[in-house]
Amino acid sequence: MIAESGHYALVLAFGLALIQSTVPILGARWRDFSLMNVARSTAVAQLIFVAASFAALIALHVSSDFSVINVVENSHSMKPLIYKITGVWGNHEGSMLLWVSILALFGGLVAIFGNNLPISLRAHALAVQAWIASAFYLFILMTSNPFLRIANPPIEGQDLNPVLQDIGLAVHPPMLYLGYVGFSISFSFAIAALLEGRIDAAWARWVRPWTLVAWIFLTLGIAMGSYWAYYELGWGGWWFWDPVENASLMPWLAGTALLHSLVVMEKRNALKVWTILLSILAFSLSLLGTFLVRSGVLTSVHAFANDPRRGVFILLILCVFIGGSLSLYILRASSLKQGGLFAPISREGALVLNNLLLTTACATVFVGTLYPLALEVMTGEKISVGAPFFNLTFGPLFVPLLVAVPFGPLLAWKRGDLLGAAQRLIAAGIAALFVMAVVWAWTRGGSTFAPIAIGLALFVIVGAVIDIAERIGLFRLPAGLALRRARGLPRSAWGTMFAHAGVGIALIGIVCETSWNSENIRTMRPGDVTNIAGYGLKLENLTPHQGSNYREMAANFSVLVDGRVIATMSPSKRNFTTRSGASTTEAALLSRGASQLYISLGDIAADGSIAVRIYHKPLVLLIWLGPVFMAFGGILSLSDRRLRVGAPKPAKSMRGLQAAE
Amino acid sequence: MVLKRAVLALAIVAAMATASHAVQPDEIMSDAVKEARARDLSRELRCMVCQNQSIDDSEAPLARDLRLLVRERIAAGDSDGQVIDFLVARYGEFVLLKPRLNSHTWLLWFLTPLALGAGGIALWTQGRRRARSGGEQDEALLNLTPEEEARVNQLIAAERTAEK
Repeated sequence: MIAESGHYALVLAFGLALIQSTVPILGARWRDFSLMNVARSTAVAQLIFVAASFAALIALHVSSDFSVINVVENSHSMKPLIYKITGVWGNHEGSMLLWVSILALFGGLVAIFGNNLPISLRAHALAVQAWIASAFYLFILMTSNPFLRIANPPIEGQDLNPVLQDIGLAVHPPMLYLGYVGFSISFSFAIAALLEGRIDAAWARWVRPWTLVAWIFLTLGIAMGSYWAYYELGWGGWWFWDPVENASLMPWLAGTALLHSLVVMEKRNALKVWTILLSILAFSLSLLGTFLVRSGVLTSVHAFANDPRRGVFILLILCVFIGGSLSLYILRASSLKQGGLFAPISREGALVLNNLLLTTACATVFVGTLYPLALEVMTGEKISVGAPFFNLTFGPLFVPLLVAVPFGPLLAWKRGDLLGAAQRLIAAGIAALFVMAVVWAWTRGGSTFAPIAIGLALFVIVGAVIDIAERIGLFRLPAGLALRRARGLPRSAWGTMFAHAGVGIALIGIVCETSWNSENIRTMRPGDVTNIAGYGLKLENLTPHQGSNYREMAANFSVLVDGRVIATMSPSKRNFTTRSGASTTEAALLSRGASQLYISLGDIAADGSIAVRIYHKPLVLLIWLGPVFMAFGGILSLSDRRLRVGAPKPAKSMRGLQAAE
Repeated sequence: MVLKRAVLALAIVAAMATASHAVQPDEIMSDAVKEARARDLSRELRCMVCQNQSIDDSEAPLARDLRLLVRERIAAGDSDGQVIDFLVARYGEFVLLKPRLNSHTWLLWFLTPLALGAGGIALWTQGRRRARSGGEQDEALLNLTPEEEARVNQLIAAERTAEK
């Protein structure tokens, strides 16, 4: 009964989406306000029905209803409750349902909080949102229905993939989807603007908060996924240039470029046409990511050809939306008036450079990800494009970008003073050179790349702080006044500082981890002691444990500094009784400041010795602390009064704020 | 989305119940310099049965065989280039994670500089055209209009009183 209700709710949501995709557009054409307002009620109703459908699937998983195929294939009655819930989106059908749920959530939010939007823009944007939704509802209903029953229900389910039985699954996919799908809002607004043939600075102010929300979630989602891979897959890597990762990196790069070009558009009414294109691209790349991940095309072109139903369907959605939006763009973009002139050396100019480098980086990831597929389809030749390729092509683009980052906020709008900015950055330059020299002297004979990269990272961080210091007159004005100025500074300025500093922080982590990672691979017996980076590790004993749906063998290590035990670490190997033969390696991590010790286990030999891999990863946590800073900067920026004015807010507080404008 | 990759990693692990771990202790060469070379080479070679993993990371038996093969060639006195050539002759270009530049891969390698160059040129010509078409007009636009001037003065005055 629950399964049928869930299925039915999804069908109803599809019906509502169809109404939402047509009626408001007709309403806008006929200037009929009640028809345009249909978009709001249908968007909210759609959200309610999709939420009901999603809740139904969760209920089926929680109650282990093995008459539903999706539950049989991905659940087990012994599985802990949290994984019963997260297992809902740990499979194809469920994750597509999560995708449309989040799409409906964003649509609903625009409908509920979009009081301040011009009514026809809102009607158009929600209609476009419903086009996307309809396509994906149809996809789910026709090819990936999670509510299908099975004729002969088994007694027990097949359990969820053990690698996915982790808290990471609870957070990573929803975050990532909030990011991916969040870009649908800027896409819908861009298409709405093209349909209406009208776009101005106010448009940028409405779109910016939504883009920012999506970007914050995508940033955290990617970082979270990276950390999950780092501790779960057991070899200490945190970024693999895997096509699936690239699929999330591309929208992030385009989205980051979009955030910056929206600033120019909002402040200076310039770069309109380009901003529209970026809005289209960011979401198109999200769709591409969905296609790459969900169609199976990555595993092998042949697997895709053998079972093409789902793949072809998403490919069709992809072609219609990307092709359609780009055609519309080509037709209508020239009618949008360009405004706001600026000199090459100016804040706008710096942001244009940012956009050029970020989109080129995005194009690099794009070609590196899709080239092997395209080449195989066209010539049958198989090549691999992996980390060494991206390190060579993607990496260098970030050097000019990072050099330019501190200059951007210091340049004035319209026409900036490069020399003046450079003078104010002298302190950052000196700090960077000093650290470069110290690191170089310290690691003499090591790589020349590392000290330079660390110096660059420091330049970015100090540069970000200098921008704020200059604005509040730190050291120049009395402390009290500087403090008052700091408080009066727009939150978006603080946001810029945190986000830019976050880039530098992440870079330090990346460089330290890749350059000064130490590892120790050996076989050990209980009682053996080995050393790494000044720590002694003693294997005390091996102990078996019984988990709810697995058995594990844990190796208990004592961590010694100067002969004193400071901590214990217990990496383990798990065998899942519910999935025959499936095993996972659970690494043990010990944080010391921002550095980590990392132990993962190999096989146990017949003589009782065990293969271990021990790493010391200096400052590795900064890799993920950086994105956290970036996201925090995004949140600060989101709370800026200026954006709140344009951002969704109930009508009552809106009026007060508008008066202040 | 690490999800899919995790699933695949698992599929491999599940397929081979006695999965060995990436770089086993017994594989390591006694000569540290040669071992370092082997590790560097391993990072550039693909484990062909895995999804986008180097043989240095992979747990698959094939990756172990390749790691041992690389070390065998190094021990036999091959240069890095010779090891790579040997593996490509045996397994094809697919084994390289960094494709070699040839008629089929030039677009892959040159797209980044081409995109950057084309973007730069487009921006430059646009700037030139704008400068030529309305240099004086630009000047006028770059300077403040009287209204903007008045607004700036007003803001500065407000700031001053606020700071007092």
